[in-house]
Amino acid sequence: MIIDHPLLGPRDSSEFTYLGDAKLIERPDPDAETATRDFYEYAYLRDNPAGWHEELWFHEAGDRSWLVVTRNTLTHEISKVEMARDVARGKGRSK
Amino acid sequence: MRYSGFQVIKQALSGHKGWTPAWRDPEPQPHYDIIIIGGGGHGLATAYYLAKEFGGKRIAVLEKGWIGGGNVGRNTTIIRSNYLLDGNEPFYEFSLKLWEGLEQDFNYNAMISQRGILNLIHTDAQRDAFIRRGNAMLLNGADAEMLTTAQIKKRYPYLNTEDARFPIKGGLAQHRGGTVRHDAVAWGYARGADSRGVDIIQNCEVTGFKIENGTVLGVETSRGFIGAGKVGCAVAGSSSRLMSKANMRLPMESHVLQAFVSEGLKPVMAGVVTFGAGHFYCSQSDKGGLVFGGDLDGYNSYAQRGNLPVLEDVCEGGMAIFPAFGRARLLRMWGGVMDMSMDGSPIIDKTHIDGLYFNGGWCYGGFKATPASGFCFAHLLAKDAPHPFATDYRFDRFEKGRMIDEKGVGNQPNLH
Repeated sequence: MIIDHPLLGPRDSSEFTYLGDAKLIERPDPDAETATRDFYEYAYLRDNPAGWHEELWFHEAGDRSWLVVTRNTLTHEISKVEMARDVARGKGRSK
Repeated sequence: MRYSGFQVIKQALSGHKGWTPAWRDPEPQPHYDIIIIGGGGHGLATAYYLAKEFGGKRIAVLEKGWIGGGNVGRNTTIIRSNYLLDGNEPFYEFSLKLWEGLEQDFNYNAMISQRGILNLIHTDAQRDAFIRRGNAMLLNGADAEMLTTAQIKKRYPYLNTEDARFPIKGGLAQHRGGTVRHDAVAWGYARGADSRGVDIIQNCEVTGFKIENGTVLGVETSRGFIGAGKVGCAVAGSSSRLMSKANMRLPMESHVLQAFVSEGLKPVMAGVVTFGAGHFYCSQSDKGGLVFGGDLDGYNSYAQRGNLPVLEDVCEGGMAIFPAFGRARLLRMWGGVMDMSMDGSPIIDKTHIDGLYFNGGWCYGGFKATPASGFCFAHLLAKDAPHPFATDYRFDRFEKGRMIDEKGVGNQPNLH
């Protein structure tokens, strides 16, 4: 697979390591009443869809940036690659 | 028809015209006591043991495609019980004991061959870890033996024991481990279940569950609604997809695992050998092909095919210990979809929905578990209580902090 890095252009996927579902960006509120349940679901449960999946890849053998890659788990086709920090900021994180 | 040497001779003398189909092709009935979703190894084994050990029920196995077309036909056929942790080792040793009597039990030639498995050691720390593992195996009634390099050389004289980077310092052997003709496992269980009255319904895809007031009443399928008292799901690889129809999220990701077969060679590999410094394992099939594999590709996938970086990594591992195999040409490669759970261990448990039961999360170790998985899942379905060897395979172990994490890598499914 080739991942089209927003800054570096097309790179082989073997330069990256894979973390998982990009929903991991949305860490639950530790002060919420439901925090115990929320963190269990955050840490252990996954949607695991067959089809389009937004996921976190780390450019370990490159610029060490985190990316959000939108990839189809049925075909391995990649439709979108974003910097994870832009995605996180878009969600109001890390201002 | 009972298969025997006498039958072979009798049929040969009558022109082989008397063989009958190994299982029926029944129409689905409107209602069953128990429906098993998934006609793979685990689903068929579950139906077989339900009918044989916990009998007296009307049982159906529903399969989307044809039986044995999933991971039971796509694995590297190895059986073993060399686990460390208490939640696992008694279960896998139970499985290996069932393998040992399986062919007589279901009257089918599964070509079970206890040719032994050998885990190579490359460092002192690894030797300590493998001695501990071997002791855990012995304590649970399995066999284990630490071998010296000289003993290993006798069995595998062409092993590269003097590699400068990864010298081989010994190995942990389980002589009762080995290989099995994987397709025959599905067929043997199917035939055994069918002859005990189980309806095996192929080309019947489950499209949804009928659930009312927290109780499952049956399944919607591509061949209409089928009612059921209990529904057991055993669809490893597609577990998340199926259980999402019951609004469940599972503690797992689906990953692709590749396997490879070389051209046929004369007998060269006595048993199964695993590399201890990278991820590579290899055995030789009875047809002569070297069957080998290694790591997952490492990303979520339902594609049943992988990419080339893993092939390179696996072959590097192979070349480190078996330089001579570099002359063999690769004949086939394929991928299977694994339920990778959050701690690397499976789940055999009830769900929060009455009458709905789940068996999955086998990671890439499901084949060797087939008999025990079927037996324990049948026990759970029939008695509503876990089999003593499967009590730790619970859904709530992640919430309760009782993970069974053989590798100790935490909730990162692609590392298990």
